Amino acid sequence: MEFFNQITQYAISGLSTGAIYALIGLSFAIIFNSTGIINFAQGEFVMLGGVLAIVSITALHLPMPAAVAVAVVGTTAVGLAFERLAIRPLKNATPLSLIIVTIGASILIRGLVMLIWGKDTKALPPFSGDTPIEVAGATILPQHLWIFAVTLLVIVASRLFFHHTITGKAMRACSFNRRAASLVGIGVGRMVLLSFLISSALGALAGVIIAPLTMTAYDVGVMLGLKGFCAAIMGGMGSGFGTVLGGLILGVLESLGAGLISSGYKDAIAFFILLLILFVRPQGLFKKGETDRV
Amino acid sequence: MLRLSGIGKRFGGLTALQEISFRVAPASITGIIGPNGAGKTTLFNIATGIYPPTEGAVLLEGKDISALPPEKRARLGLVRTFQNIELFGKMTVLENVMVGLHTQTKSGIFACAFRMPWQLREERSIRERAKRWLDFVGIAELAGVEAGKLSFGKGRLLEIARALALDPKLLLMDEPAAGLNSKETQELAKLIKSIRDRGVTVALVEHDMDLVMEICDSLVVLNLGSMLAEGTPKEIQDNPAVVTAYLGEE
Amino acid sequence: MSPHRKLKPDSLNPDTPSSPQEKLKFLVFSLAVLAAPWPLAGGYLTNVLIFVGINSMLALGLNLLLGYAGQISLGQAAFFGLGAYGSGVLTTRFAMNPWLAMAVVAVSVAAFAFAVGFPVLRLKGHYLAMATLGVGVIAHIAFNETVDLTGGPSGLSGIPNLAVGSFQFDSDLKNYYLVWGFALVAVLLSLNLVDSRVGRALRAIHDSEVAARVMGVNARLLKVQVFALSALLSALAGSLYCHVMTFISPTSFSFHVSIELLTMVVIGGLGSVYGSILGALLLTLLPEMLRAFQDFDIVFYGLLLISMTIYLPGGLVRGIPALFRRLWPVRRSHA
Repeated sequence: MEFFNQITQYAISGLSTGAIYALIGLSFAIIFNSTGIINFAQGEFVMLGGVLAIVSITALHLPMPAAVAVAVVGTTAVGLAFERLAIRPLKNATPLSLIIVTIGASILIRGLVMLIWGKDTKALPPFSGDTPIEVAGATILPQHLWIFAVTLLVIVASRLFFHHTITGKAMRACSFNRRAASLVGIGVGRMVLLSFLISSALGALAGVIIAPLTMTAYDVGVMLGLKGFCAAIMGGMGSGFGTVLGGLILGVLESLGAGLISSGYKDAIAFFILLLILFVRPQGLFKKGETDRV
Repeated sequence: MLRLSGIGKRFGGLTALQEISFRVAPASITGIIGPNGAGKTTLFNIATGIYPPTEGAVLLEGKDISALPPEKRARLGLVRTFQNIELFGKMTVLENVMVGLHTQTKSGIFACAFRMPWQLREERSIRERAKRWLDFVGIAELAGVEAGKLSFGKGRLLEIARALALDPKLLLMDEPAAGLNSKETQELAKLIKSIRDRGVTVALVEHDMDLVMEICDSLVVLNLGSMLAEGTPKEIQDNPAVVTAYLGEE
Repeated sequence: MSPHRKLKPDSLNPDTPSSPQEKLKFLVFSLAVLAAPWPLAGGYLTNVLIFVGINSMLALGLNLLLGYAGQISLGQAAFFGLGAYGSGVLTTRFAMNPWLAMAVVAVSVAAFAFAVGFPVLRLKGHYLAMATLGVGVIAHIAFNETVDLTGGPSGLSGIPNLAVGSFQFDSDLKNYYLVWGFALVAVLLSLNLVDSRVGRALRAIHDSEVAARVMGVNARLLKVQVFALSALLSALAGSLYCHVMTFISPTSFSFHVSIELLTMVVIGGLGSVYGSILGALLLTLLPEMLRAFQDFDIVFYGLLLISMTIYLPGGLVRGIPALFRRLWPVRRSHA
């Protein structure tokens, strides 16, 4: 029974970090699908979300909802600036230069955050206290519930947006075929900007809701970003349920691995999964293989 | 020389080619024609192994090469040029042709790094041969120029020189006259004939009908992914099905 | 555009040793390297220049892969670390002869890269970047976690200096010549390689992999070979590093180091042997000079990566001559 409770506990904390990976994975997929870019600075948006929320509360003494808003809006502004200043000047760039530019942006953002707010790890207070709730022999923190709720909300909202609004459909059209989309009058440039907007907002949100659980610092973005990417790869870089499922699986495996095998290798687990999938099923876990056209 | 047997290709649900079978006779010039979207370039991509056919086989001199990657097919003497010219733009014209001589040289990574004597001999010899190929297509004076700076016509000639450097048995040319002016096209016709006269079999995809009718020994007509007709230029010109496909129903 | 426009020959590949100028260039470069400690009189800067040498080998390895073959690797620090820990562990824990250890490690790391290279280099672009990054992170975690072997986060100490007979490489000056001896050989061999059958094939793959394959170039094998070669160079640099430092810890082989190497190559010049050296020189010297602004270096790297990629994609090695030509235009003779 003891053992069973332990497993449940690992599963719950795994699902909650997995939900975060799923959100980050979705934010990767949104930019990838509209531009073909894997944004190496994605993890930095997540970090920025957490840090901005903490700063709003500790330095500006804002109430929690306002702090969340500041974090999301602030990060989105950075995301938009990034698209304008670094991505847009590189029209027709090779994947190589896009990789290098997004890596550059990622360490620039990380460095600036470190210079402005220091290297210390900080924690955001939980949204609604930290009285644990007992469920099936395991304890759930209120913050876990917040994470599940926000993730669910985001999934439903993005589903509605991409399938039931004109703008969302236009963005999907861009991802299928940019030239065709621009021929039918969709402003591709605007869609790219929009994808950066949604993606950075989503990243920031993920960063804010995880911050009370894991603490945050200028350098947490790398790992979070990579794991989010791993989730997206598992889901085949789609913006749908595959990525969400990928994130949850990754979170649970990681949590079980850390608990049952060794916590030191926790981060390595994600990368083994990442490499395995890239080598064996680069199209993702849940998609059928297709011949690509050259 | 080359035999395509029952080639079919589907991309997802889209059928690009079906039941394509024909032969290219040795030391001939075969033209593959057809309206846009007929699947001509796809056929070349399958013949050279850039992607696999969904069904059917590619045979070179009776040997089934369907499963071989492009580089192995090149070593067997099957070489191509591209519709939009795929030069190595950041290398010099001479170096482009020297890449064409890659299969005829052997020096590995260590021999090259340590400049072994045989590697230097090899290097000198392919430099000379590359110059001769540039001379053959008439752009020897451009040897030191960056390939990306060439005009379209000169780039086309370079691409042909580079392909010939492989000493191919069969040369596939994807719209060699596209983007050339009429004078350049005339010179190209002469060049293709002289390539054939060197014993190289040529198959080309082309839209320029005057050129096709002038130089080809036989023609294959594709339409919407299927074989429409096969025969000499004269037979094709008189074939009512071909005329309909090109001009539409009356 | 006139069809009769005269095109003048370009010297595209700035590193073609077959020409007499290039031989002279390498000679001048070697002499400069050999003479450099003289004015510095074995001072502090000599010590810094040792690390310039080590970073040059690392940057060169990455540049062969990235600048010539066009394949990105964000995991170079893994091979560097494997070289350093390989030599460190074999010489301290197993008392192996350092030179033998260096050779064994270099060959094993290259073989490892060769094996890993086949699945890794089938990936392209962003996926390749992520996969190599994954390899780098896993290696870094392993250095931290295999405490019995590597000493874990607190590091591995007591690594002996290299020695020939009774001659110990135990001073900055001696180590300078040791490291730069290796680096100069690496430069010469790389110069030879890039202007050869293999080098041309690599550059061809970079420009158009499909066209290269249609020309009979076995792109997959060549990419893996150059990946293994770059791992070999990195492992050698790692072995030298551990014997020079006599102490190593995992922080020297983190993801950040891979990014630093990337920055060196981009700043110096992708696809230029001397560019790698220039990049290594700048990025090793600058943080030393900016000691007062210690934490600025990462911000600075970020800005450099972005602005160089946008405004000077050829790197300084091509940008500086272009700037000079613009400032002092030489009248061209029309031949």
